[in-house]
Amino acid sequence: MSVAIAVARTRDLFAATMLTGIYSLLSAGFFVVMDAVDVAFTEAAVGAGISTLLMLTTLKLTGQYESSSRPLQRIALVVISVTAGLLFYGFLDMPIFGDPAAPIHQHVAPRYIQHSAEEVGMPNIVTSVLASYRGYDTFGETVVIFTAGIGVLALLSYVRSREDVSQAALAPMQPHIILRIVSKILIPPILLFALYVQFHGDYGPGGGFQAGVIFAAAIILYAMIFGLDVTLKVVNPAVIQFLAALGVLIYASVGIVSLLSGHAFLDYSVLGHDAVHGQHWGILIVELGVGITVASVMLVIFFNFSSRVDKNQDSHS
Amino acid sequence: MLAHLPVLQVIVPLIAAPCCLMIRSPAVVGRFVQLATLATLIISLGLVREVLEQGVLSYALGGWQAPWGIEYRIDPLNVYLLVLVSLLGTIVIFAAPTSIKSEIAEDKQTYFYVAYLLCFAGLLGILATGDAFNVFVFLEISSLSSYTLIALGQDRRALWASYQYLIMGTIGATFILIGIGLMYMMTGTLNMHDLATRLDNVSETNTIFTAFAFLFIGVCLKLALFPLHLWLPNAYTYAPSLVTAFLAATATKVAIYILLRFVFSVFGAEFSLTYLPVREILLVLGLMGVVFASTVAIYQTNVKKLFAYSSVAQIGYMILGLSIGSAAGLMATLLHMFNHALMKGALFLALTSVAFRLKQTNLTNMAGIGRQMPLTMAAVVVGGLSLIGTPLTVGFISKWYLVLAAIEQGWWPLAFVVLFGSLLALIYVWRIVETAYFQPISAELSGVREAPVGILVPMWVLVLLNIYFGIDSQFTVSLSELAAHSLYLEGR
Repeated sequence: MSVAIAVARTRDLFAATMLTGIYSLLSAGFFVVMDAVDVAFTEAAVGAGISTLLMLTTLKLTGQYESSSRPLQRIALVVISVTAGLLFYGFLDMPIFGDPAAPIHQHVAPRYIQHSAEEVGMPNIVTSVLASYRGYDTFGETVVIFTAGIGVLALLSYVRSREDVSQAALAPMQPHIILRIVSKILIPPILLFALYVQFHGDYGPGGGFQAGVIFAAAIILYAMIFGLDVTLKVVNPAVIQFLAALGVLIYASVGIVSLLSGHAFLDYSVLGHDAVHGQHWGILIVELGVGITVASVMLVIFFNFSSRVDKNQDSHS
Repeated sequence: MLAHLPVLQVIVPLIAAPCCLMIRSPAVVGRFVQLATLATLIISLGLVREVLEQGVLSYALGGWQAPWGIEYRIDPLNVYLLVLVSLLGTIVIFAAPTSIKSEIAEDKQTYFYVAYLLCFAGLLGILATGDAFNVFVFLEISSLSSYTLIALGQDRRALWASYQYLIMGTIGATFILIGIGLMYMMTGTLNMHDLATRLDNVSETNTIFTAFAFLFIGVCLKLALFPLHLWLPNAYTYAPSLVTAFLAATATKVAIYILLRFVFSVFGAEFSLTYLPVREILLVLGLMGVVFASTVAIYQTNVKKLFAYSSVAQIGYMILGLSIGSAAGLMATLLHMFNHALMKGALFLALTSVAFRLKQTNLTNMAGIGRQMPLTMAAVVVGGLSLIGTPLTVGFISKWYLVLAAIEQGWWPLAFVVLFGSLLALIYVWRIVETAYFQPISAELSGVREAPVGILVPMWVLVLLNIYFGIDSQFTVSLSELAAHSLYLEGR
């Protein structure tokens, strides 16, 4: 709460960015307290990790301080207070937190808790709900990520001419030897950890979304320390775009296979020799699709933002 | 395969979108997208047949029965809108290969097509689903892609317009999400059909009132109901013309659909229209929207902006139909949704061809254009007549049913406001006609020729549909009547 107020008050955008990172980390803590470990994981990876990085990249373009100080907007304050008041009014009748008799624990959830082990066969119920019972929503979310990538590509991408590449400045962090060595030590375990999160989602907290973000974070870290051009030699932007589309198609292909075998879209039970086995395969493949799309879209966003930074610097010098 | 039509309706364009990114070449992608939308249109017509024969269709995604899994539920209401969105989405995209040559840089055209398909699929997904959270997911897809599409406009102000829409749209989507979350908290389910039955027990709690309020305001932001319409005029003005044609014809209609779906199918007409003062609120805002936005439209110099304000006014009519609170009023709303899509589709495609030749759409630069671009301006005239509500056009049909519904309730003043609104429409349409036909040709227009066939054909298809459905309204009237009556039956 106080962090949020500090974000709203400060004129220093760098500080604001850092504070939002802290805010995300704190809310991740809240989620852990509320037993939503998977959500906490995502919040920590996306909110505190990637989005802070992206905002920092943007700051490099815009400068550190807000340009003009605007007067306090009284109408906005009134509107927000009314909205918040309404929300609290609504909370008056709500069931007490953790009350086992609350409707959310009585209607749909019991089946997930009691039968998902035999129907889907996953120890992690969150994964069962996310990837199987409500797998179509997750497909939609993957497409949302893909859409975000398309948005960035459509608005920010530009074709780098050969001159740009040859004149590209040295990476800004090149002289910092400690950073270079530490990141060299850290990057391989981060990549490995991403793969672990990817494939361990069936059993513990994790899955494609978190893994994709962590994987992308490792590459972004490399790009920040060793420079964009070195990274682009390894990670070809055209390939990344291809992968972003491929991830969505991998997810969709599972659905198409079940359609072609006469079942409903995304019915995984046809994939294996029995229904539970099919669910295993289905979830493994769709999580892979999610991971690929998420990681590629994160990279697409980062590359396009930061090549704008490079372009601007070139034109200034 | 017929059993899978409900899901194919959405996943065909949804899966085609990433495929476009792999094909890359804009020319090939253009053809591919046309094929995909055409397939979607055929599927939607197939769905109409199925719904008329079998009644409500239910499709369990992932093989999980609702409420545990997500359900696609096709009834007369959403099949009617599925046809509307796929029809307009298909016709408009046929103008794309020609039109975007002049409005979108070559290396961005593929991304344009991908975003278009995503937006198209997102809108269809909102319509087809019977799951409240699934609505939100597809709302995100369609919103994000429409921000992208708007920002692709050549004018630098497109970015600002898109950003404005992004902020307003995100607030709207968040409110919708809060509403859905609160409902889930009180009922433990996300399936709309299930929600409807379970809400009865808890409908008199503060939480459900709050849920309704958040949902209502969120949706009204998305459908640009006066006075929450501020994002719309700029977004429509600075977006690429083709995008304006698509969004004006489909996006706000889908938002109105969300409103209808929650008001009637989830909360029930009894709760939302009788128990809460929603009808009174809608009546006042609808009236203000019609009068205010039509008046502002008269003073616009940019024709795109003029028709954007006119869209806000037309949304007012749709809301008025809803506020009458009878099946006849709702039917007028549904008719006007379809008919307005045809009018604005035709009008904005006509402006697309103006923009193709003139590079802008300022009224002052269009003096005497009627002689240089006769087919385009004739389309504007027919579209304009339809907007006013002249007999033999679709505009007449919807206004006729709206006035009938108002008189049926004894609401004579409302009938007069509808006619007064038509008068205002006559004024702003006349301004364009007068400039285009009765002013001497300005020097810079002397070399301008008629727009290429690629834009003229889709435009005239829409114009002819305006006339066709104005004369033979059997399809729209029977479907909307069926949908309106089934919604009122559901509420009981």
